Amino acid sequence: MAIDNGKRYFIILVFLGILFGLYTIRLFNLQVLNNSYKDKAVKNAIREITIHPARGFIYDRNDSLLVYNDAAYDLMIIPKDIRAFDTAELCRVLDMNVVEVRTRLKKAADYSKSVASLFKQQISKEDYGYLQEKMSEFPGFFVQNRTLRSYPQPIAAHILGYVSEVDERDVENDNYYAMGDYIGKSGIEKAYEPILRGVKGKEKKLVDVHNRVVGDFAEGTENIQAVPGTSIWSTLDMQLQRLGEELMSGKRGSIVAIEPKTGEILCLVSSPNYDPNLLVGTARPKNYSKLAQDPQKPLFNRALQAAYPPGSTFKLANGLIALQEHIITPSSIYGCSGGGYRIGSHVVHCHNCGGLNIYSAIQRSCNTFFCRAYYNILSNRVKYKNIDEAYNAWLGYMESMGFLKVFDTDLPYELKGRIPTSEYFDKKYNNSWNGNTVVSMGIGQGEAAVTPLQMANMLAVIANEGYYIRPHVVRAIGHRDSLNTQFNNKIYSTIEPQHFRTVLQGMKQVVTSGTGRSAQITGIEVAGKTGTAQNPHGRDHSVFALIAPADNPKIVVFCLVENGGFGATVACPIASLIAEYYINRKIERTDLEKRMKELSIK
Amino acid sequence: MPTLENSKITKGFDVKLIGYYFALVFIGWMTIYSTCCIQGVSLPIFDFNQLYGKQMIWIITSFVMAAIILLIDGRIIQHYAYFFYLFCLFLMVLVLFIGAEINGAKSWIKIGSFSIQPTEFMKFATALTLAKFMQEGKTATQRRYMWIWQFLLIIIPVIVVMLQHDAGSALVFASFIILFYREGLSNEFIVFGIIAATLAIVTLFSNEIYSIALVSIAFIAIMIFNQQQRKKYGRNILLYFLCIVFIFSVNLFYEKGFEPHQKQRIDTILGKTSDPLGADFNLNQSKIAIGSGGFFGKGYLNGTQTKLKFVPEQSTDFIFCAIGEEWGFLGTLVVFGLYGALILRILKLSEKNRNPFVRYYGYGIAGIFIVHFFINIGMTTGILPIIGIPLPLISYGGSSLWAFTMMLFCFIKFNDN
Repeated sequence: MAIDNGKRYFIILVFLGILFGLYTIRLFNLQVLNNSYKDKAVKNAIREITIHPARGFIYDRNDSLLVYNDAAYDLMIIPKDIRAFDTAELCRVLDMNVVEVRTRLKKAADYSKSVASLFKQQISKEDYGYLQEKMSEFPGFFVQNRTLRSYPQPIAAHILGYVSEVDERDVENDNYYAMGDYIGKSGIEKAYEPILRGVKGKEKKLVDVHNRVVGDFAEGTENIQAVPGTSIWSTLDMQLQRLGEELMSGKRGSIVAIEPKTGEILCLVSSPNYDPNLLVGTARPKNYSKLAQDPQKPLFNRALQAAYPPGSTFKLANGLIALQEHIITPSSIYGCSGGGYRIGSHVVHCHNCGGLNIYSAIQRSCNTFFCRAYYNILSNRVKYKNIDEAYNAWLGYMESMGFLKVFDTDLPYELKGRIPTSEYFDKKYNNSWNGNTVVSMGIGQGEAAVTPLQMANMLAVIANEGYYIRPHVVRAIGHRDSLNTQFNNKIYSTIEPQHFRTVLQGMKQVVTSGTGRSAQITGIEVAGKTGTAQNPHGRDHSVFALIAPADNPKIVVFCLVENGGFGATVACPIASLIAEYYINRKIERTDLEKRMKELSIK
Repeated sequence: MPTLENSKITKGFDVKLIGYYFALVFIGWMTIYSTCCIQGVSLPIFDFNQLYGKQMIWIITSFVMAAIILLIDGRIIQHYAYFFYLFCLFLMVLVLFIGAEINGAKSWIKIGSFSIQPTEFMKFATALTLAKFMQEGKTATQRRYMWIWQFLLIIIPVIVVMLQHDAGSALVFASFIILFYREGLSNEFIVFGIIAATLAIVTLFSNEIYSIALVSIAFIAIMIFNQQQRKKYGRNILLYFLCIVFIFSVNLFYEKGFEPHQKQRIDTILGKTSDPLGADFNLNQSKIAIGSGGFFGKGYLNGTQTKLKFVPEQSTDFIFCAIGEEWGFLGTLVVFGLYGALILRILKLSEKNRNPFVRYYGYGIAGIFIVHFFINIGMTTGILPIIGIPLPLISYGGSSLWAFTMMLFCFIKFNDN
């Protein structure tokens, strides 16, 4: 018995030993060999919260604020934390019906029970205040702060652009973005997206089993601070832009003003336009479709996307090319009589100007002079074998002055305009065409169509006597003095400097004693050129090109008013008021300003 | 062999056992304190609104109780054993009528802000009574019918505990099998027990067909190898049919006898179902907490899983998670080592002591410690279904700490007498 029981003591010890051994192996496996539990623990308890940085502001060239951020409040829910609440009260506050509240609750619960979903976007500040006080009565709901773009002045919508939620393609293209993030969709917002957006931050929060945040993980040492977006200084002059938009109100058309020395766009108006505040937040989809359906096409940026026949302002370019090609010299004289330039039975009408040189031809906008010059450029068989070669040489000059291409800077959706190729005419006229066939392009009519931006850039080439800097709308990034050097290389035209002085002299005479006398500004010598672009669809477009001051140009302005009639009547005073305000920071011709602002052309 | 007088002077109270006791209680309090702290924030040690503050009261009162036990005459305790048994049984029955329900088990008596769980004391009372009863059986006739009384002493509290829906505690009373085995329980009981357990698990895990096939193969094998002993044919055939009846009754018992949540827990361990966010949630979180501790642990007060309440009952039944997470495999080894040493020490002293009462009592309480330890660690690590019983001396809870203190210090006192 005693021996037997001693054996049993031993058996019990062995049994215990085996159990302890098995348990130790189990624990060793669980704690040391198996690493998956460590990951699971991290996923369990640590929630990564993305911190969205504030987007950079946009200032004008004089530090006036164009775009800033405004606080917005989204009502969020975590479905599994919801307890019974006063549905009627919530419906009243949010102005929803019960069915809608239920639908949204269900949708959120279907998406995820424990992850926060958006319940209502951008509740008003008043509702936010009210809800914040009563939050304890609505368990599971919370308010998330967000920022929305806001515009103190209702101007420059086309240039500033807008931001909206990313779509699937944005997320695919750039792994920086996650659904629900915001991205610049057009204008400066798009072109400078990586600068304006900043860098997202990450916070690791400890959450408990109910997914409630209880504190920072590792005392916040692993958090990544969000870097706020960098602010940008636009080249725009806010007050000039506003003046331009006011002057163009009630009219369709465009104003582009450039500082020729820098290529900086001072104002860029496309009329009709819209208040950029319309395309912010929850109101955007509704307002956007309204704007898109407007027959006046306010979303369409005429300054960059509309190709117009430039009218007589094109004569400046053709005059330069004729001088460069030695077709004419400053003292060459062409006669104008018999009602204009005759091509068989067709007549390009003029005013029987008599014999005149290029100065007078610009001053009086003589069609005959420029038709002849253009014909002679294209008929130069000493230099060029045939019409195609001569025409292509002309196109080469045009391109060197910034036509036929986009500047590809920071401007949204530029178009190239339309100037046909020689192949086009070969085909159209079955290889039988000459200078006279296309002579109307010599005076800015016919097949040539260019954008207001290209015309303004050509004026900058004249003002700079031979070069331009690609037009752009951002002058500094991060700090107002840190000039944006991306676009500051000079691009030279293939025309020699002395020819610009000749043309500029003609343009001075336009203002002092020619077709553009209403462009005169007291104390400033202005150079200009009127234009009346023939419009097959209605009244002619009124066009004016301006450089001021003529001897030390600070601004070039191109203005086009659709259906405005003669260049001298509408576009000329508008361009001149822009230049006056920009140089003098005030307008003395207040009657003219008032008249132009009130003028309505349908 | 030292005489009784000699042993008193030379041995005194067993210092090793007292040392293990203090170590485990200290680890328990440290861990309870840790589970109350959110990461990075230390709480004042004397805050009696917190669990660790309350546990401090339980620990101090336990020390007082231990001192009293060591100071009074051990025979007084033996003398009142039956009375104590009946008193505990009375309290347990009382619980059925006035008890408060916590976690589905109706096993608590509320007195003011404190609750007492008579079942914990009943384990101690049963061990004590059983030892006293076995010691008193002297004559052969007495011995013959003694097992009936022993069985009744155990089965009565088990029935009451089952009525309280406290399956975990009921299982603890099975621990006396170790005592009975030591004192000569037939090997056949053990063999039958193992066969029944194997068949039950196979049946639940797959289905009856496999179990029947298993039994049939065994039966045919026995019949072939025991061809000479034709006398035993009848007994073997009877046994065979009993096994088959047992197999069919297992599923019936399983379906009718268990609550749905208990079946779920058993299914989880058997791997029959997987539902990480539902029934398996606690077990999963428990394994994650222990597993994420690694070899060295996350450091004291640095556990995330237990602090952020992913683990349920982290200061009571699942307290081992907090130890595993913060102290890692090293902590596991320390706790295992202390328990192993405690249990072995009790068994060793029981064997050495010439007074059979001490041996009976020692094996009784060693069994209780063994079952508590292996079920508790087994459930937190996914070896066993989740059965809610505390880790002795470590888990939060006054009744449990008091009962185990009384159990252990009575043994120390008896062993010294």
